[in-house]
Amino acid sequence: MAIHVTTSINAEPVEFLCEADDTLVHVLRDTLNLTGTKEGCSTGDCGACTIVLDGRLACSCLVLGVEAEGKSIETIEGVATPGALHAVQQSLLDHAGLQCGICTPGIVVAARALLERNADPSEEEVRYWLAGNLCRCTGYDKIIRAVLAAAQDLREAAS
Amino acid sequence: MTVSRFYSPQSIAEATAILRQQSGCQVLAGGTDLLVQMRNGVKQPEYIVDIKEIPGIRDVTLTNQGLTLGAAAPAQSVTERPDIAAAYPGLVEAIDMIGSTQIQGRCSVGGNLCNASPAADTVPALIAVGAVCHVVGGEGVRQVRVEDFNTGPGENCLKRDELLISLFIPRPGVGSADAYLRFTPRTEMDIAVVGAGVSLSLDPMGTVSAARVAIGAAAPTALLVEEAAAAIIGTTLEESALAALAAAAGAAASPISDKRGSAGYRTKVVGVMARRAAQIACDRAQQRQRRAH
Repeated sequence: MAIHVTTSINAEPVEFLCEADDTLVHVLRDTLNLTGTKEGCSTGDCGACTIVLDGRLACSCLVLGVEAEGKSIETIEGVATPGALHAVQQSLLDHAGLQCGICTPGIVVAARALLERNADPSEEEVRYWLAGNLCRCTGYDKIIRAVLAAAQDLREAAS
Repeated sequence: MTVSRFYSPQSIAEATAILRQQSGCQVLAGGTDLLVQMRNGVKQPEYIVDIKEIPGIRDVTLTNQGLTLGAAAPAQSVTERPDIAAAYPGLVEAIDMIGSTQIQGRCSVGGNLCNASPAADTVPALIAVGAVCHVVGGEGVRQVRVEDFNTGPGENCLKRDELLISLFIPRPGVGSADAYLRFTPRTEMDIAVVGAGVSLSLDPMGTVSAARVAIGAAAPTALLVEEAAAAIIGTTLEESALAALAAAAGAAASPISDKRGSAGYRTKVVGVMARRAAQIACDRAQQRQRRAH
């Protein structure tokens, strides 16, 4: 029996129908065609499906679609503004912090959340914060450098 | 997965009524264990009862009496509170070891307990600090000590229509502190080979006047090891006392052998974790005593 869900995605009101056991990542990708969010492991280990749910990071493979009722969701599609990438996105490009790109949306969403909480994180803090975002291409070093550089860019832009 | 209905009760009474009326219900909090278990077929509930909309069940409250953790409060709502980390450093260390940032945004301490994994990090830490579960069911309310809550791997003491509502942890005194240590090959995103939680109190002379020692991933459930606590009460944690604590922790262990470690290895290392945790708890208790003077 399909359930009607009313929610907010990237500050836009959204309604959808889903089954009781549909995961949010499937709703986002298959029902709403928001395919920027990737599904990797489906068990909360890889972080490719990372979203923000009511202000907290979550793996959308471990959230049911019905749990979105009345909530506020942010996905990778809401990160860039028209005509301008977010500082984390631009920095990942500048530092070659991505290769195949499957992990990148999750890393962008997670790194942005870190920089919103902590404008000047240490390398160690970045590494711990992103420990749940697996990347099998880059070896992480370029990702970490990119996030630290984005943090600096954002601090300079704010000062 | 074939869940036929999703309930989102707005009160404890509504939730327990659903659990009483329907068999095949599964309670959902953060979902970070449940959705994995549904995916791999370990759990196949017909009905899901999401408790997160029950008023107060995600609240985290620290008073002079102690800490109350709503059963569905996300881990991050605890770890982001410096006042809670200052009062219960060992418990917060254990909570901060669960999964990733993403997992900690959803998972709850109550869920970690109810899931009843022998290797759950928060359970030995909760036992060490004397946490008590507030359980509500159709027949009324009861309090269950955390060391009595889980009955086996994946099994807890809740009856069909009972819900864990919150956990209460009394506030430690001036000369008291806690610590939790686990052994894992990786520093993040790993599951304990073994873990140990210790809380202890020092008298003004620096002698251990009370202690609680709990071990995890070393038996079908996390265990309170009274013999290990007895080994350090009345001592100043000299080498012989720490050795006796470690021996008692190892003697209480009855671990399995699996890919994370053999039974013999776990039995040895759980004693090492326990004595190191005791030393850290003691150092913290001394710091609190100094600050109080």
